[in-house]
Amino acid sequence: MSIQIFFQHLANAISLGSLYALIAIGYTMVYGILRLINFAHGDIFMIGAYFTFYLVTMFLMPWGVAFIVAAGLTCMFGIAVERVAYRPLRDYPRISVMISAIGASFFIENLAIVIFGGRPKAFPVPDIFGKVIHLGTVSIVSVTFIIPIITLIFLFILLFIINKTKTGMAMRAVSTDYEAARLMAIDVNKIISITFGIGSFLAAVGGIMWGLKYPQLLPLMGLMPGLKCFIAAVVGGIGNIKGAVLGGFILGLSEIMIIAFLPSLTGYRDAFAFILLIIILLVRPSGLLGQSQMEKV
Amino acid sequence: MKKTCTLLACGLLILAVFITGCSKDEGKEAEPEVIKIGVFEPMTGANAAGGAMEIEGVELANKLYPEVLGKKVELVIVDNKSDKVEAANAATRLVDKDKVTAIIGSWGSSFSMAAGPIVQNSQVPTVGASCTNPLVTKGNEYYFRVCFIDPFQGTVMANYAYNELGARKTAIVQEISNDYSVGLAKFYTDAFKALTGDEKAILGVANYNTGDQDFTAQLTNLKQLNPDVIFAPGNYTESALLVKQARELGITIPILGGDTWEAPEFLDIGKAAVEGSVFSTFFTTEVPITQESEKFLEEYRKAYGKEPASVTALGYDAYLVILDAIKRAGSFDRVAIRDAIAETSDFPGAAGIISLDENGDAVKSAVIKQVKDGGFVYLTTVEPIK
Amino acid sequence: MKRKNSVLSFAGVVFCLLLLLLFNKTFDSYKMRIFNLCAIYITLGLSLNLVNGFTGLFSLGHAGFMAVGAYTCALLTLSPANKEMNFFLQPILPFLANTEWPFFPALLVSGLCAAIIGFLIAAPVLRLKDDYLAIATLGFSEIIRVIFTNTQRLTNGALGLKGLPNYTNVWWSWGVAALTIVFMIRLMRGSYGKALKSIREDEIAAEAMGIDVFRHKVISFTISSFFAGIGGALLGHLLGTIDPLMFRFLLTFNILLIVVLGGIGSITGTVIAAIVVTVLMEVLRVLDSSIDFGLFVMKGIPGLRMVIFSALLMAVILFYQRGLMGTNEFSWDSLGKRLRRIKKRGPK
Repeated sequence: MSIQIFFQHLANAISLGSLYALIAIGYTMVYGILRLINFAHGDIFMIGAYFTFYLVTMFLMPWGVAFIVAAGLTCMFGIAVERVAYRPLRDYPRISVMISAIGASFFIENLAIVIFGGRPKAFPVPDIFGKVIHLGTVSIVSVTFIIPIITLIFLFILLFIINKTKTGMAMRAVSTDYEAARLMAIDVNKIISITFGIGSFLAAVGGIMWGLKYPQLLPLMGLMPGLKCFIAAVVGGIGNIKGAVLGGFILGLSEIMIIAFLPSLTGYRDAFAFILLIIILLVRPSGLLGQSQMEKV
Repeated sequence: MKKTCTLLACGLLILAVFITGCSKDEGKEAEPEVIKIGVFEPMTGANAAGGAMEIEGVELANKLYPEVLGKKVELVIVDNKSDKVEAANAATRLVDKDKVTAIIGSWGSSFSMAAGPIVQNSQVPTVGASCTNPLVTKGNEYYFRVCFIDPFQGTVMANYAYNELGARKTAIVQEISNDYSVGLAKFYTDAFKALTGDEKAILGVANYNTGDQDFTAQLTNLKQLNPDVIFAPGNYTESALLVKQARELGITIPILGGDTWEAPEFLDIGKAAVEGSVFSTFFTTEVPITQESEKFLEEYRKAYGKEPASVTALGYDAYLVILDAIKRAGSFDRVAIRDAIAETSDFPGAAGIISLDENGDAVKSAVIKQVKDGGFVYLTTVEPIK
Repeated sequence: MKRKNSVLSFAGVVFCLLLLLLFNKTFDSYKMRIFNLCAIYITLGLSLNLVNGFTGLFSLGHAGFMAVGAYTCALLTLSPANKEMNFFLQPILPFLANTEWPFFPALLVSGLCAAIIGFLIAAPVLRLKDDYLAIATLGFSEIIRVIFTNTQRLTNGALGLKGLPNYTNVWWSWGVAALTIVFMIRLMRGSYGKALKSIREDEIAAEAMGIDVFRHKVISFTISSFFAGIGGALLGHLLGTIDPLMFRFLLTFNILLIVVLGGIGSITGTVIAAIVVTVLMEVLRVLDSSIDFGLFVMKGIPGLRMVIFSALLMAVILFYQRGLMGTNEFSWDSLGKRLRRIKKRGPK
């Protein structure tokens, strides 16, 4: 492999990895608080992308405004999902909540098929995001530069919220001990709603970025990215935001590099993520940056 | 043991109640003035888009030709949910519950294959519109189709690459989980190797899975092989993104594909990147092949206000072939209709002149098209090998 | 009392057999197919319930085991001529080319193959808990599917296999379902079942009571895979054709649905739910086509059926947590009690 081709692969990997990272952050936030795999996260991601599509094509909003409005709407959508599907089950066993999450995801997908239709829609990409930049023999689409920057910006904003604000402190409290937080007069429901809002906002941003890079919308588009980003979050150490970013990059990098060095394995690409997940779970179940927890008796 | 039996009893009782409950609506028999043609297509799930396009064609045909032998033709459209189990259920339902005379469908060869044994056992003639997997009709005397099959299409594209583009080396990107794509890639490979006489004419094969959206790693690998042309059969949903990413990676060589690319979404999603892509298909709006084509085009534009896709024309043809066979058979007997369909020869359909071979596959000409200025432009017609 | 119950049970069995005979005679093939599907879903539902409901391990890998079973059985029973027709792109591996087994041994072997795979997966995966376990089993089933897609010479890849002999009839499907039911009841009554339930309730307490938790989990998982493999094989031979895309997560989800609706941890519930779900799926088909209300015709919306179905499921999850039966089982005594209660309330 020539060095140019290697750099091309590297550029591809970073661009894919940063997208995974962006979505994994939202996943990990929700998990950190609720201890729940939000199966519907991938679907919220899809909804965010569709909202943007309709705002731009039907309501003719300029794309900048549309992005913000769509992210806001998705944020509300996510809070609504939490209210309807998760809140009533707060005190039930985790399996019930997880089934409810799967059910919610299934419901949103089916509803999306009826409302948005099964045919793919072309995501409106503003020209500045679609430009191809040539660096020597390496070609990179401009959106590739933007995604890592956005991912990092959100990473820092989130770290700030969680570590420096009162809401963030409440989030950490809820995450550490739900019952104790309640006793400390923290409005647990409000905190969970906020977390879900932030998570969904990030999912929407992820959806929009995904749309800019892969401009095709389908009702089931959130399925695979949703699973893969969950894996990224687990690899990094679920509940840990920096870990999610790390996990996203590792997943993106390994997906691309395995194919780059072993081209005969291309057909198995979808399995890589799962194999990575299983290896991590067996070797280091708490993830790369996660803390291991003792089981409470 | 006690509980076992009680459980069994309980389950069966409920079942009995259910089944008697849901069979009530069968009391009223359809009036004999109507003959029913079943349509089973994916209306939901991953293949909903393809199903919708075919149904448009069948419905249009039904609107234009609502009667045969003095009886009204009624369509019974059922959803197979892009799922094999559901496809088999849907087909059985058409056969037994709706008592259809013939069946049209389905987009997606695997669903057609699920229906295969059902229509064969109950002797209901079935015509597929765009299921191109050779296995669909093989060994099944009740399944026919109005499209050509993968081997022919693969050969056509190999010839085009070799003769028109002067290509001597090809790279292939195939959708490994899609029978259509794998089949086409295989037949292209065989034909291309035979043409060049070079066993190493295929430089590399990259795979991807249905639903994948990132192909950069596969494409970068192929780029360094320096092929003359890339053959990338697959659904337009993935292919549009694939071609786009190839162009973004600076791959400038021609990219060839199959008939599924002919969908407006391919252009919408790929935009400027898909310019110049070449693919084979069944039918063109620019050079109407038959009088029926013109009629179909005119009516379709009137009804839907857009250009039809090839599979829409094929759905239309599937309906016409059945109607024509009923006319020739002069009866509504399913076996007689089957025999009549099998004898279909030089039938002028909207998507070309249809003759069915001994397997029940259409032998017809292929059309090669190119994407140009945001539209599909007709390049040439390739006659069938008879 | 006991005597009376056994008489009742015996009558129940005879009644069921008669019913089977009756259905076998009177049903057209559409109803027959749904009827058979009910039985297959009972087998699959029970096998998933063993792991998810009785042992309390949340596994989402059922589709993978079904795929293993279905492919094993298909490759063993397909006639050499059919194999040659199917493998027209790439030839089949030579050692499989000429096998043509009768259905029963093939079915057994397919169950065993699935069980072996299940056993191999169980060893590493069962060290995980809850949602990690769920996602890891889901991962394994996806890996199995991806492998089957890529091994063209073994499985024919995406092209799938067709021409599977239609062995699955009422006697096979319902026979297997009945055997599964009997097996599950016996298992749950025995010491193994008690141990599994105690693991579900409190793993640490179970361990303290001297139960080898890991071993029991592995056994439960392996048995579940065995029945999943058999269910998959029956399904393949009912349809006559299989391909890797059949065995997506959605299939696991359908079975999970049955388990949840019936009540996680109830055999009766699973049996009832399997039948209800299968029949309801077909009944709801009405929603996809146009409905004539006499005065106006409501145009069918394709996909509405699935929306309503998933909404129903959500409603059950949210408002009827325990499903149909909770962890209860049917017995004549409880039925009698209920009847008496109704009688007492009686007509006013």
